Amino acid sequence: MPVPILKQGDTLIASVVAALTDDDLVLLRDELAQKIGKVRAKSVVIDVTALDVLDSFATRTLRGIAYTARLRGAETVIVGIQPDVAFAMVQLGLTLEGVATALDLEEGLALLARRREHP
Amino acid sequence: MNTLRVAIEREADIVLARQAGRQLAQQLGFSTTDQTLIATAISEVARNIVVYANHGEILLSTADEEGRVGIQVVATDAGPGIDNKDLAMRDGYSTKNSLGLGLPGAKRLMDDFNLESEIGRGTTVTMKKWKR
Repeated sequence: MPVPILKQGDTLIASVVAALTDDDLVLLRDELAQKIGKVRAKSVVIDVTALDVLDSFATRTLRGIAYTARLRGAETVIVGIQPDVAFAMVQLGLTLEGVATALDLEEGLALLARRREHP
Repeated sequence: MNTLRVAIEREADIVLARQAGRQLAQQLGFSTTDQTLIATAISEVARNIVVYANHGEILLSTADEEGRVGIQVVATDAGPGIDNKDLAMRDGYSTKNSLGLGLPGAKRLMDDFNLESEIGRGTTVTMKKWKR
């Protein structure tokens, strides 16, 4: 199921609502890269609260999305990684190196707001 | 013993396999944390089937040994096989430009892990997790 992307101010918010296939993730990456330019977004929030598994492919793709967005001039925050999912990622050996994370959407937006005030 | 078979023909089947695995783990009474570890391990071995062998299958069943109850996951394919099993089990090693965490990562997520592979014949990963 494709991931809807909403715009709030200069932030793009992608809320994952169901299990993502590899194709969905790649589509999300491409759409975000396009949309950042189209709406001149400065930041991207990806909400993965609904995901019950983040495997190595999903993690690598999320990291790729964040790096791509940065090259397009926007910062990415991944929010809502569930406790069990975080534990499984650590066991697998996965990291989201260099990518900001926050507890939930609210904290993610607050993080972006702080960064804007104190870059 | 009932065995649940999930055919892995395309990448969307990876999601089906891990959802079936989580469901069985839940029925067996695994904690939600363990359900997530099992589902993640299934995701990794199922993806290996798609990436390296194109198709294969995941077999899910109840494991019962010396009074212990657990879940058994068998991922099998008739793909090209693994040339060097030691390398394949090493973190960060990949011949397909992935993170190289699939097999060693799945091993860490489960309790028992066995990799059998023969060049030109295929690969079978058998892994189990026991209820605590």
